[in-house]
Amino acid sequence: MATPFPFGPIPAVTGTAVVVRGDDIDTDRIIPARFLKCVTFEALGPAAFADDRAELADAPAGPHPFDRPEHQGAAILLVNRNFGCGSSREHAPQALMRWGIRAVVGESFAEIFYGNCLALGIPCLTAGHDLMLAIQAAAAADPAAVFTLDVAAQALSGAGQSWPLELAAGPRQMLSTGQWDATSQLLAHGADLEATAARLPYLVTFAA
Amino acid sequence: MSAGTLYDKVWALHQVAELPGGSTQLFIGLHLIHEVTSPQAFAALKDLGLSVRHPESTVATVDHIVPTTSQARPFADPLAEEMLATLEANCAEHGITLHGLGSGRQGIVHVIAPELGLTQPGMTVACGDSHTSTHGAFGAIAFGIGTSQVRDVLASQSLAMGKLMVRRIWVDGQLQSGVYAKDLVLHVIRTLGVKGGVGYAYEFAGPAIEALSMEERMTLCNMAIEGGARCGYVNPDQTTFDYLQGRPFAPGGEAWDRAVAWWSSLASGPDAVFDDEVRFDASAIAPTITWGITPGQGIGVDETVPTLEQTDPDERPLAEEAYRYMDLQPGTPIAGTPVDVCFIGSCTNGRLSDLQAAAAVAKGRHVAPGIKAFVVPGSEQVAAAAEAEGLDQVFTAAGFEWREPGCSMCLAMNPDRLEGRQISASSSNRNFKGRQGSATGRTLLMSPAMVAAAAIAGKVTDVRQLLTV
Repeated sequence: MATPFPFGPIPAVTGTAVVVRGDDIDTDRIIPARFLKCVTFEALGPAAFADDRAELADAPAGPHPFDRPEHQGAAILLVNRNFGCGSSREHAPQALMRWGIRAVVGESFAEIFYGNCLALGIPCLTAGHDLMLAIQAAAAADPAAVFTLDVAAQALSGAGQSWPLELAAGPRQMLSTGQWDATSQLLAHGADLEATAARLPYLVTFAA
Repeated sequence: MSAGTLYDKVWALHQVAELPGGSTQLFIGLHLIHEVTSPQAFAALKDLGLSVRHPESTVATVDHIVPTTSQARPFADPLAEEMLATLEANCAEHGITLHGLGSGRQGIVHVIAPELGLTQPGMTVACGDSHTSTHGAFGAIAFGIGTSQVRDVLASQSLAMGKLMVRRIWVDGQLQSGVYAKDLVLHVIRTLGVKGGVGYAYEFAGPAIEALSMEERMTLCNMAIEGGARCGYVNPDQTTFDYLQGRPFAPGGEAWDRAVAWWSSLASGPDAVFDDEVRFDASAIAPTITWGITPGQGIGVDETVPTLEQTDPDERPLAEEAYRYMDLQPGTPIAGTPVDVCFIGSCTNGRLSDLQAAAAVAKGRHVAPGIKAFVVPGSEQVAAAAEAEGLDQVFTAAGFEWREPGCSMCLAMNPDRLEGRQISASSSNRNFKGRQGSATGRTLLMSPAMVAAAAIAGKVTDVRQLLTV
């Protein structure tokens, strides 16, 4: 279905949007713990929001946005405050990514979740409360609208409108240049790593 | 911007380089791994053709998926067995010490690293588990990471990080009898909110904090993450040093004095500058319990479930969701709420002093009819110490089950789980919807002593009433 997993520079993300409203949506809700019994992330996509989706399947307010036909294939997730709080499980962004999500816009994000997304090349941009509600309303009003999230310009456009977003300079540069995958950067400083280890008292002075 | 705090000092010492994106490469002194968040990291390492850079600074155990009844291999659950077998193979291949089942040292990762003396002041500690903040109790900078970051630490013994701000949580007074570190941290989170700590490290300080034991400090720092703070810490002091002395991986001989001198130098000085400070009075805190679906939805056991009018407008949608999910009525007392399951254990409250506090309540009493109550020691060492002083006998005589060490019912990755709409009194750390294994199961977080009181009474009960009888 979806586009390939993030690779290289990520100047922009384009696709339809899906709105999941609510503050403090924790990673147990994004991917319930029973799905963590695995040694690869491969099968997680269909399990994103599994319990929330089951709860809403037959409810008046349902079905869950991830189960609505018009949102299949959506690439941009629109959320509210403190999204991704709780457990550090990278299984949460992995599940979202494997479901098809390539970028998240919200009022705020829990830190570990944010870092996990960045490590996968999934931009998480923020907007103030009123702005976020306006974005969610516009997306909900036109589920077929294609939005473009411009990472460098920190902006979301679509449905005939455009909204300014925020993304810290560091992640912005990392995503724009393709340096969001940190491993090679970290390994580039081998001598500095050794120098740091050599000055840590607990590794040197009072080592048994 | 903070300056002169323990966080600033430890951060500066571990800085390796500035990275192109503006983040800092931070050296990790101790990397703890377990079976849930490491297999994909090892697989990624292999894909990249890399090895583990510092296997001697990497320590493994198994905790999340282990059954707490029979731990015989192979496990009945083939997925759990595969996860442990994968961890064993990865540790063997890369020369990493694994404190496995039956080693005498296995247990919840945040219980065993401190009790083995692996966690020490001034370290940076990372683990693919959000409750890594626990280790901050020693004056370490300790935080949870995701699996891609586990890969990065395995490969480079370092991480790309942004520096946090530092908020000092100053606590005056002292906790009253029947009130524990768990109540203190639930009170802090209730006050500052589950988002209040985002962007911050929490320094816990003041007379009430200095009076806490190391195990109490671990409970406190463990739940910093539930308040949004990725790490929480306490400045090292004589309590810290006394705890560490003589532990297997703590410095010994003449190195001990050098270690203590260095550790002492790390504490935030009198001139330290904090980005923010919040003050509490420990004396005013009651046994605290959650009524809702986030750890911030807490109240004193003598209070009523808050009404919408008593709730901040921003928090009202969440409160309404919590009323529905928990099936609790606003304005009604939380005391007296019937419970089905009582769980004592977890990385928050599965240490010896936690079991002692619960046993003091259970001793000479009996679990109420129809209640399932069980105790899960945090580690094999905790189990042995508890059994040596007869706590297992106290619990079983009172109608509690005495189990094998593991994460158990804190999260639903092993056979211990809620069924249907069951409601638990739990000494764990998260009351999220579905957290304890049933998509409709309900959780009331509280101290181990309060869980024991709930088990005896069959309903939420102020433990102070049982302690004074």
